[in-house]
Amino acid sequence: MLEIRNLHVSANNKPILKGISLSLKRGEVHSIMGPNGSGKSTLAQVLAGRASYEVTDGEIIYEGQNLLDMAPEDRAREGIFMAFQYPVEIRGVSNMYFLRAALNAIRKHRGDEEVDAMDFLALVRSKMKLLQMDEALINRAVNEGFSGGEKKRNEIFQLAVLEPSLAILDETDSGLDIDALRIVAQGVNALRTPDRAFLVITHYQRLLNHIVPDFVHVLSEGRIVLSGDKSLALELEDKGYAWLEKEPVA
Amino acid sequence: MIQAVRKEKDQYLANFAEFERQASGAVPEWLHQLRKASILQVAEYGFPTIRDEDWKYTNLAPLSRVSFQLAARAELPDHLSNHWLLGLPGARLVFVNGFFDERLSRREGLPESVEIKSVSQVLAEQPDLLGRHIGRYSDPGEHAFNALNTAFLSEGAFVSVPAGTVVETPVYLIYLSTNSEQPFAVHPRNLMLLGANSEVRLVEGYVGDSEASYFCNPVTELVVGEGSVADHYTVQAEGAKGHHIGTLRTWQERNSALRLASFDIGGSLVRHNLTVTLDGDGANALLHGLYLGAADQLIDNHTRIEHVKPHCDSRELYKGILTDSSRAVFHGRIVVSKGAQKTDSKQTNNNLLLSNDALVNTKPQLEIYADDVKCTHGATIGRLEEEALFYLRSRGIGRQEAADILIYAFASEVIGQVRGAELRKHLDHFLFDWLAKSR
Repeated sequence: MLEIRNLHVSANNKPILKGISLSLKRGEVHSIMGPNGSGKSTLAQVLAGRASYEVTDGEIIYEGQNLLDMAPEDRAREGIFMAFQYPVEIRGVSNMYFLRAALNAIRKHRGDEEVDAMDFLALVRSKMKLLQMDEALINRAVNEGFSGGEKKRNEIFQLAVLEPSLAILDETDSGLDIDALRIVAQGVNALRTPDRAFLVITHYQRLLNHIVPDFVHVLSEGRIVLSGDKSLALELEDKGYAWLEKEPVA
Repeated sequence: MIQAVRKEKDQYLANFAEFERQASGAVPEWLHQLRKASILQVAEYGFPTIRDEDWKYTNLAPLSRVSFQLAARAELPDHLSNHWLLGLPGARLVFVNGFFDERLSRREGLPESVEIKSVSQVLAEQPDLLGRHIGRYSDPGEHAFNALNTAFLSEGAFVSVPAGTVVETPVYLIYLSTNSEQPFAVHPRNLMLLGANSEVRLVEGYVGDSEASYFCNPVTELVVGEGSVADHYTVQAEGAKGHHIGTLRTWQERNSALRLASFDIGGSLVRHNLTVTLDGDGANALLHGLYLGAADQLIDNHTRIEHVKPHCDSRELYKGILTDSSRAVFHGRIVVSKGAQKTDSKQTNNNLLLSNDALVNTKPQLEIYADDVKCTHGATIGRLEEEALFYLRSRGIGRQEAADILIYAFASEVIGQVRGAELRKHLDHFLFDWLAKSR
């Protein structure tokens, strides 16, 4: 469903991604690991369509379409969802209003009818239960005054409501205590289906104890230097990232 | 420039002579003297210029260029009589080109003891009552436009709520301006007296024809008695060629609570002079304002909060949304007198610019003569946050809708203050339409 070919990306004329190639199929969970500054989050942002990055070479094909030609909203409507590393606080807009506007925009794009307030509330309640979220959060302004854990949970909650085909989790585990991590991971696991692919970006292996990936890729200095199965994550946990720089890339 | 100003002044002096001739007869002596003293003041000082600190950013040239005549009675076109402000439930006094329109006015649901009348009626029936209050709270000498209003004082709204009366029905005071053969000026004079422990919601509405060239120069004096709770909203929806210079003076007694809100959704050259005086222990005032500027509108809000007695609170939040080459001025001054210990005052002005040519001058000011007070102020001028836009778009919401959601959220902090679902709903709708138009 997603084909990244030789992707080069710069920010402020500084190359960050230097030729990434990656292929994701439906139902697969891929994890991208790597040290800070390796370009993990840049990859997530480029997939979501943030304008501040410049793609200097390569292409991204999503479901047969040139993803780089699409506006962020069109990507979302076509089924791409990124859980933000730093979810944005939006003052004065309730979570409920925001999420319903988003869901309806996606449904409209698909040719489905918009959901009415009652059906939406029922949907929201069931998904909140999945993430053990306080129902009061739905009426609060988007992420405003949320704790770090609440913000991350709110991201996965949105994922659960919007039901994307490709979910990108950008360091969703960072800043979570073990209980919150478990809840978020359970939520994600409940959303794993044969049709949905996940790209899980993380610095630490611990998330992958809970969300078990099919493939692990190691990113270093803008390149994928190693790919393997879940055992690679454990190896990284043992050795740290430092050895990557010493060993020549195979 | 100097000549233009002089000529402008002459026009008003000529109008005054004509006005005095027309209004001959039953004018009480105090009013005659007050008018004369006021027009002399206009004659002596003329209009302020941008060399005056308080008018630095507001060039009155558009006002000086036109020779505004005394207003004449006019037929009300359908689109004005169908204006949404006239569709709201409540009691109301309606004025057309400055003249009281009895047919459009109604008491609807008001307790018998509450008086709402035209000033002309009160002048005829109880001239001394007006004489005791007019000009007592708002000094005609404060600025040229107050003096001008006082010189032409003849019509407006009189509201009196007796002590202990709770008025559930909102009271609307609506000024409509419609096309006339010549550009005209109206000077509505409103007096609102709220007795102790009373409760009422007052709304001043100013609406004009898009084609009408006029100058609306109202002065309102509002006295909030001890322990009273009052709301006062101003909806300034003048026509595209309408100039509006409004003066609102509120005077609060002990333990009273006043919630003011101002909505600028029309007009060409607009200026508000708002002075709030907290003249009793434990009084509190809440001031909210929302101004929407498009095309080449200029909207100037000058507010002054006077803390005179101890233990008073004031909160002020004014927000502006500006597009095209519109301009806004916010000048908020908080004055804490020597005796006003334990004052708690907070003032905020936030502006959202939607175009490159829009401009805001904002100047919050504190003047504190007491030593045990809590006063803060702050102002921001910014654009829509790219981070927030991207977040909304990344969830499937289109760019335009995302922008609308953010702008609407920005404004809703002020619109949400309005008590009365109907009025709130119409302001919401207005904002949505305005956003659609200003794309």
